[in-house]
Amino acid sequence: MTLRAEDVIYPTEAGLYCAPGDFYVDPLRPVSRALITHGHSDHARPGHAAVMATRETLDIMAIRYGEEFASSRQIAEGPVRIGGVTVSFHPAGHVLGSSQILIAPDRGPRILISGDYCRTPNPVCQPWEPVACDIFITEATFGLPIFRHPNPMTEAGRVIASMEEFPGRPHLIGAYALGKAQRVIALARAAGHHGPIAIHGALKRLCDYHVERGIDLGSLVSASDPGEAQLMLAPPSAFASPWVQRFRDPVLAYASGWMTVRAQARRRGIELPLVISDHVDWPQLTATIRELAPQEVWITHGAEEGLMRWCELEGIPSRPLRLIGYEDEAE
Amino acid sequence: MKAFARLLERLAFTPARNAKLTILSHYFQTTPDPDRGYALAALTGMLDLRQVSPSLLKRLASERVDEQLFRLSYDFVGDLAETIALIWPTETQVSTEVSLSQAVTLLRETGKLALPGVIAELLDRLTPPERLALLKLATGNLRIGVSVRLARAALAMGTPRGSEEIEEIWHGQTAPFLPLFTWLAGGPSPAAATAPFRPVMLATPITPEELTSLDPTEHIAEWKWDGIRVQAVAEGGVRKLYTRAGEEISAAFPDIIETMTFEGAVDGELLVRRGAETAPFADLQKRLGRKAVSRAMLQSHPAALMLYDILTWNGEDLRALPLSIRRSRLEAAQFDSPRIELSPLLPFKTWEELTEIRAAPHSPVIEGVMIKRLDTPYIAGRPRGPWFKWKRDPMVIDAVLLYAQSGHGKRSGFYSDFTFGLWEGEELIPVGKAYFGFTDEELRELDRFVCKNTVQRFGPVRQLAPKLVVEVAFEGLNVSQRHRSGIAMRFPRISRIRTDKPATEADRLETLRAML
Repeated sequence: MTLRAEDVIYPTEAGLYCAPGDFYVDPLRPVSRALITHGHSDHARPGHAAVMATRETLDIMAIRYGEEFASSRQIAEGPVRIGGVTVSFHPAGHVLGSSQILIAPDRGPRILISGDYCRTPNPVCQPWEPVACDIFITEATFGLPIFRHPNPMTEAGRVIASMEEFPGRPHLIGAYALGKAQRVIALARAAGHHGPIAIHGALKRLCDYHVERGIDLGSLVSASDPGEAQLMLAPPSAFASPWVQRFRDPVLAYASGWMTVRAQARRRGIELPLVISDHVDWPQLTATIRELAPQEVWITHGAEEGLMRWCELEGIPSRPLRLIGYEDEAE
Repeated sequence: MKAFARLLERLAFTPARNAKLTILSHYFQTTPDPDRGYALAALTGMLDLRQVSPSLLKRLASERVDEQLFRLSYDFVGDLAETIALIWPTETQVSTEVSLSQAVTLLRETGKLALPGVIAELLDRLTPPERLALLKLATGNLRIGVSVRLARAALAMGTPRGSEEIEEIWHGQTAPFLPLFTWLAGGPSPAAATAPFRPVMLATPITPEELTSLDPTEHIAEWKWDGIRVQAVAEGGVRKLYTRAGEEISAAFPDIIETMTFEGAVDGELLVRRGAETAPFADLQKRLGRKAVSRAMLQSHPAALMLYDILTWNGEDLRALPLSIRRSRLEAAQFDSPRIELSPLLPFKTWEELTEIRAAPHSPVIEGVMIKRLDTPYIAGRPRGPWFKWKRDPMVIDAVLLYAQSGHGKRSGFYSDFTFGLWEGEELIPVGKAYFGFTDEELRELDRFVCKNTVQRFGPVRQLAPKLVVEVAFEGLNVSQRHRSGIAMRFPRISRIRTDKPATEADRLETLRAML
């Protein structure tokens, strides 16, 4: 018997559930078996019995939640049979270890879950890989045509220019601990900033892990003792805390796709908005759908109305899954 | 256009004055003519372009973008020009740059019918930040908080000229300011304008204690009028009225221009006066910021000048003369209008006498007294010493802190913007906002209070437990429809933290109303 896509995978309160495999993808609540696309805390939550993910994602979960975060762990390597389906993990280009997950029933549509993904080259993770599929389940964080992320090197150049223009002012960049922080550091290095970069304590373990995995971040020092470092990175939440008071007249920057929109930067009191995103922008999102040419597009979260309208204009059937609980940690 | 777009973007996100100056001066130093001159004109509101309406922009966008996608995007962005700048589809990046002067020329010279096509074509050739700059120019809506004064200070940086010198030659200069930039680089003076603005002499505050060290016989005193400082210049058949920052406001005050039948430049206060009665500042405010003024407004809110200094007279520059001589020249000058009066000198022999006079002004629209040294020339700027302002004591009220928002620049990470309220019945009604008045030590104390007493967050705003009483000092009150309390405060600041006072004993809204 051929399965219909909606019998293979559907949204439940605990998250996306694959019935023939009896597992969840990026579940929002503790479940018995979870497949995790990447290590951001809204996708990789603690408390599942069995977890399958890439080696990096499992390592990151162990760093965040302790070695005992799940009773059984399995590294995703090559296609694996789970119940009545075959699953395989493919690089998503979002953060270190991030994957798309392909679910292929013996008879029925091949379903690709994008997770969060990005197609701009990123020195801190493997590039996104196209995977043929019938049903494409995609995120739509930046699913509006206003989002066209500039070349990230241009944005890194703006940081360097601002540091030259204001040599006496520390530059604080708000960046999430997993992925964004390391990418910003790598971009600053590529733009020619070779001096020490100071990092907030909350970024340390994940930066160390990237270095362990062979990603060169250059000289990093602690932001509590920055010495001569003019460039600092901190999680964005630190900007609203007394932590920031130790810096005299800082230039506050924020690396995020949301910085495209001025009101978003103004709301956070940002002086130097940097449009650096680990998600696909509108041109990449729509180009990906054209390239994969799926029979249907399902949308997990984000600006689904915009993407659905585009699918309608393109004549591609689409539907929203309205999964609640995926915030934009990476942004 | 790229450099100009970057400039606008930096200025829009940079709150601190010094950082703005740095950004502006770098721009002027590194941008070639005539672009930097057009940028200067755009920033200071001196660029006269054909204004493009929002509906024209919407129509242009609807020809390129699906209407539903546009609406969703506009809802998210919240600003029409910004939405169009971001959403405008670009097929391929054109390599040749459009310069700011090319864009300005096109906007200036294109006829109404051809304008939509020209704008669409420009948008096709620009990057998103440049598109935003173009659309802000075309809609005449830069909104980046650069005053003429700030721009002049930035122009002076790194040049042999001072900003007062620039102020002196500013009038008569127009975009793209080529002679001005030549002169800034050490070249010859640009041609002088007729009836130019001359930089004004400003006063510094003084306390009663500081006053005792001065000799009263070497000083004169006048009322400090609650109007706006103006310079009225009638020279060579040209009549102009300037604010103290050198902005021309002639168009809003034809009644004053009409009375300026003299030949010279005089310094004084612009007021609304009905007969001998000086109206409150709010009445003058109704006349400010207008491009034209109705006959009814001229009737109901007649303007008048209260003069206190004279800078030129019949071709003679009097600024180098001491105030004693200038005052007698002013008293000897002929003005043919009852709408021009001289600010009277206050009769006092000792500072005690002046204290008594200051305590009992004849009119509630007196802001205090001015004290001026008789032997000094008219010096541009704010030299400490010759002129003092001794303001009347501010009004104060005890209010409860209700909301806090974090500050910018060196106050980043500190809660430094406060909303406070007064009691009405059992409820606290917000009556104003204050950003300063406290010391750095008090700021840290307030910040700690905010962190410990937040009850709810709305984006960047924190709602506070209504516990802390602060003394708020202010300079006056206006009736306001826009405020829930019905009252707007002038120049409110937090003058004391009243940890000694429980919130229930803070003042009531009636008390504030009674001060109106």
